Amino acid sequence: MNALGFLAVTALLIVPASATVVLMLAPGYRFGARLNVSAALLSLLAAITLLGWRPEANLYLRVDDFNIYLIVLNNLVSFTTSVFSASYIAHELETGRLTPAYLRFYHAMYQALLFAMNLALLANNIGLLWVAIELATLITVLMVGLYRTRAALEAAWKYFILGSLGIALALFGTILVYLAAQPVVGEGLPAMAWDQLLAKADAFEPALLNLAFVFLLLGYGTKAGLVPLHAWLPDAHAEGPTPISAVLSGLLLNVALYAVLRFKMLMSANSHALAPGPLMVGLGLLSLLFAGLMLYRRGDIKRLFAYSSIEHMGIITFAFGMGGPLANFAGLLHMTMHSLTKSAIFFTVGHIAQAKGTQRISTIRGLTVTHPVLGWGLVAGVIAIAGMPPFGVFTSEFLVVSSTFARQPLLALPLALGLLLAFGTLLWRLHGMAFGKPDSGPVAPVQASILPMLTHLALVLIAGIWLPGPLVAWFKNVAALLG
Amino acid sequence: MHGLAFDIAHLLAGGMVVVSFLLLYQVRLFALINVFALHSLVLVLAVGWQATIQEAHHLYVTAGIALIFKAILIPTALHRIVRRLGIHRTLEVVGGVGLNMLAGAALVALAILVMLPVTTTADVLAREDLAFALAVVLLGLWLMVIRHNAVSLVIGFMSLENGLVLAAAGARGMPLAVEISIAFSVLIALIVIGVFLFRIRERFDSVDMQAMDSFREGRRR
Repeated sequence: MNALGFLAVTALLIVPASATVVLMLAPGYRFGARLNVSAALLSLLAAITLLGWRPEANLYLRVDDFNIYLIVLNNLVSFTTSVFSASYIAHELETGRLTPAYLRFYHAMYQALLFAMNLALLANNIGLLWVAIELATLITVLMVGLYRTRAALEAAWKYFILGSLGIALALFGTILVYLAAQPVVGEGLPAMAWDQLLAKADAFEPALLNLAFVFLLLGYGTKAGLVPLHAWLPDAHAEGPTPISAVLSGLLLNVALYAVLRFKMLMSANSHALAPGPLMVGLGLLSLLFAGLMLYRRGDIKRLFAYSSIEHMGIITFAFGMGGPLANFAGLLHMTMHSLTKSAIFFTVGHIAQAKGTQRISTIRGLTVTHPVLGWGLVAGVIAIAGMPPFGVFTSEFLVVSSTFARQPLLALPLALGLLLAFGTLLWRLHGMAFGKPDSGPVAPVQASILPMLTHLALVLIAGIWLPGPLVAWFKNVAALLG
Repeated sequence: MHGLAFDIAHLLAGGMVVVSFLLLYQVRLFALINVFALHSLVLVLAVGWQATIQEAHHLYVTAGIALIFKAILIPTALHRIVRRLGIHRTLEVVGGVGLNMLAGAALVALAILVMLPVTTTADVLAREDLAFALAVVLLGLWLMVIRHNAVSLVIGFMSLENGLVLAAAGARGMPLAVEISIAFSVLIALIVIGVFLFRIRERFDSVDMQAMDSFREGRRR
């Protein structure tokens, strides 16, 4: 039974890696798109297998209670995004925004990104985690610059500089953690393995850990888009291909946050180290309020939702910073819900931008009349992301707010203010886009694949109404682990 | 640890900090690239020396990669880019040389004040190496702050990264040092290729980052 688990872990890494190579060599975008979808499906199946058969950890890879749900979520969203991408890319080819050569590159990079993210989540080693996140950064930089327009290149360059800076800071933090662990755990690989680190964290030099955590929070926080290190995020989301925006928002931000959380667990395991909570609460609130204010003036639909991603990363960081079973539970739930909802929104936005030929909000009016399916999809998505019932985001935001009110009423005020700001702005923007008077713009229907969007929204809706028992038990278990 | 081995390690790591200072006040692009090559060369010596005294043979690989990539290939490529793009003019430095040197000195003091108290349990060599490495990292950051030109931004980042490699080499028995330095080399190679292939000058008419920054949402289309 462990053999099956081992096979699944291997498949999670081998399938995307070999698909990358094949896609590099394979001509024809139709074949590329199909292979992309099938490879993502295979990875998803492997991830689901892991739920039942879990292999033993070794010094490099490990599957535990915490990362397994992120692995499943990651592969689920990559699969649905690959389905969306197939129809999106066909349209880009028709309009001539992309050439077949670029598409080949795009598909190969998509699988390479999947590989990097799976590796980061599976890693039992802080060095391997760092290498994987660095790889993911590089690949997304290449993807963001795919259109080769002036704006796309600027976005890619900005992301490159800020992303590499974050990566560099994170490496310094990683080295410091190793130095803290080395006298206790001993030299070599064990001093970089999560399980060993966690088991012996109490004996580490607390001052060294504190310093390391600051570097790690800033480093991986840059990748998670936390204010004031967020500058790359809106540009990268707006100028890259939309499937990549969906993967960036829905998955890569989660992976970066996962890294922060792992190190937070390490800090909590050491009784003399600085409490990481207040730092995270501060950064989270700052991101939430800043993004809430910035949402108001956005003129570009993808930028609007990129700022909304910063806002939600802020909420999640805040929740984990508060800590305790309830807030951690809310944070985990919100991570899942945001990932599903935001990628659904980007699927819709991608098709809308194609149908309208623009990303400017002021020229997108009356979608429910001109494109009913896309229009109503956008309405549902925005209502969900703004945190209205009956969607799952409401449940998690409600838990965050209520648990904060119970423990730190003063902190709940800025939290509620930020949530309301974002709520108001999003609905106001939505109103014009969905129900405004349609102008004489192009009304040509696009061949949209709406299945991915519907799947995600349905999942979020179900989670809002009824969370399955085993899932709740599992969330509770991990929330306790996170401390 | 016998005295001489320690002194040489100290000298080389300190040498990197000095060369970082040299980077701060270069006003010509070619000179900046040459000083960076020197920076990498000192790193190669420092890592090589660590490999010898720790008897960690994988560090020789790290030193070799640094020598080939960062002391030879990258500076040569950057020279070519600068010549090809015709940007070998004087660079403007924000704030002036004196102020930057003072700021640099403050950053080094900060690095020492931060690192020494928290590493009392680590052995002396790792401790001082780490303080120097953090100083190099901070000076690299500072270099990125005070320059606007894309090529000097890249050099600032690479000098910062040299500091990280120094830190990794100083941490006794740190695994994956080779893998990490390879990962970084790929990153840097891509940055350099990016500067070259994206033809930033062609698209933006200059490699001045401010010119790129002025181009934002709202003013577009």
